[in-house]
Amino acid sequence: MIQVHLTRHLFAFFPQLEGRVLEVEAASVAGAVAELERLAPGIGFYICDERGRLRPHVNLFIGNAMVKDRRTLSDAVAPGDKLSILQALSGG
Amino acid sequence: MTKIWVATRKGTFRVEQQGGSWTATLAGHAGTGVNYVARDPSSGRLWALLGHGHWGAKLSVSDDGGASWRDNAAQVKFPDGARYIGQDMFEDAASDFGVGWRVVTRKATLQKLWTIAFGADGTIWIGTIPGGLFSSRDGGASFELNRALWNHESRGGDLFEGDGTGETKWFGTPASEGGEFAPGIHSIVVDPRDPRRVLIAISTAGVLETRDGGQTWRSRNRGMTMDHSPEPEAEWGHDPHVIDLCSSNPDHVWQQNHAGVFYSTDGAERWRKVSVPDVGVHFGFPVSADDKDGRVAWLVPGRADSQRMAIDGGLFVARTDDGGSTWRQLRKGLPQTGAWDIVYRHALDNRDDLVVFGSTTGNLYLSEDRGETWTTVSHNLPPIYSVRVG
Repeated sequence: MIQVHLTRHLFAFFPQLEGRVLEVEAASVAGAVAELERLAPGIGFYICDERGRLRPHVNLFIGNAMVKDRRTLSDAVAPGDKLSILQALSGG
Repeated sequence: MTKIWVATRKGTFRVEQQGGSWTATLAGHAGTGVNYVARDPSSGRLWALLGHGHWGAKLSVSDDGGASWRDNAAQVKFPDGARYIGQDMFEDAASDFGVGWRVVTRKATLQKLWTIAFGADGTIWIGTIPGGLFSSRDGGASFELNRALWNHESRGGDLFEGDGTGETKWFGTPASEGGEFAPGIHSIVVDPRDPRRVLIAISTAGVLETRDGGQTWRSRNRGMTMDHSPEPEAEWGHDPHVIDLCSSNPDHVWQQNHAGVFYSTDGAERWRKVSVPDVGVHFGFPVSADDKDGRVAWLVPGRADSQRMAIDGGLFVARTDDGGSTWRQLRKGLPQTGAWDIVYRHALDNRDDLVVFGSTTGNLYLSEDRGETWTTVSHNLPPIYSVRVG
């Protein structure tokens, strides 16, 4: 299992995830996002566009390392990893 | 009771009469960009077109008059294989500007939900950037890209199957939320007599019409002129800012264009320029057609494309009652000094004697006598993108 940490901003749209320890079974980042989509239908389209690419102002980290493959999210994850889904600090 | 839906950069507002005065109340999406909010008259459902920035464009719906909202289960998504011809900027030392443009073919992803319209047959139409028209014939349970328009010859042909002609007549608008200069569908008007007849307008391409529910499309730009172009009467390349039609006389169609105000009395078969620059009627974004009399329309003019502000710091609405032959400036109750508002294309609407508009400065003004006198609803809303009565 890997643990997924979400920016609190996403809880505004998916309140059912707030306060939960999110653990999913996945071998890649794409697999983890697919599991999140199962828990909270629609969240995948918040994180990625309809081609499965990470949205430009969203960042994913495995531990402290930024995900490298933003196009297909093929970076591998291993049991015990922590995947963080964050938004860039931008806007006004 | 009449309600007015105001879409702003920071949320959705409902305007209604409370204790004898018109009041704006936050009705949802606090902090989120809302491009357009409208009520489907056949279902009563409210639809909000959101631009989240980080999280992309989303469709939000309310079945309780805006008390609660949820993301629509079906979102607008470009299908796999949808591509379009665009332009990329690159460094070019040989250019006077230091940059050049190259034609590219790229995969389509949703950048902006821009407008929504409802046909009497229950069809829901949505216009997007980059230039995709989507429809739902199941009440919003699913949305489908209109491929006849997407693959239109004016756009370079069918890029699902091959590389098409490699040339597009659809150019761009800076209104996309991704920063790309891509074409956008901002106007969809459905003929109340026949929901298979739909006019759409695109920045930057022009007006197209279908008479068979979207199976075939043809240009509707005859009579249009582009003062800024070496070929002013070209079929394509026009910059409609918005179009609207008279619901009880739908052959009367109005267009506020970058290059002036245009009017058609034959269902957009042919347009006639009705700008009168001497009375400030030429440049602007919105136009709103009267529901009963096709000769009547309202505008909120701005000073030319080089400024895009209220003319000389005095805000006015212009109305014609005679098909654009003459225009009256309606100023009573609107600020006449130090006002530099600009009103976006969807931010003016009318119903019966009610006329209402909002500016990017967050000012919302309302008239109950067809524009003769105005009252202020608010000076303190976020930048206003859309105002719809209904």
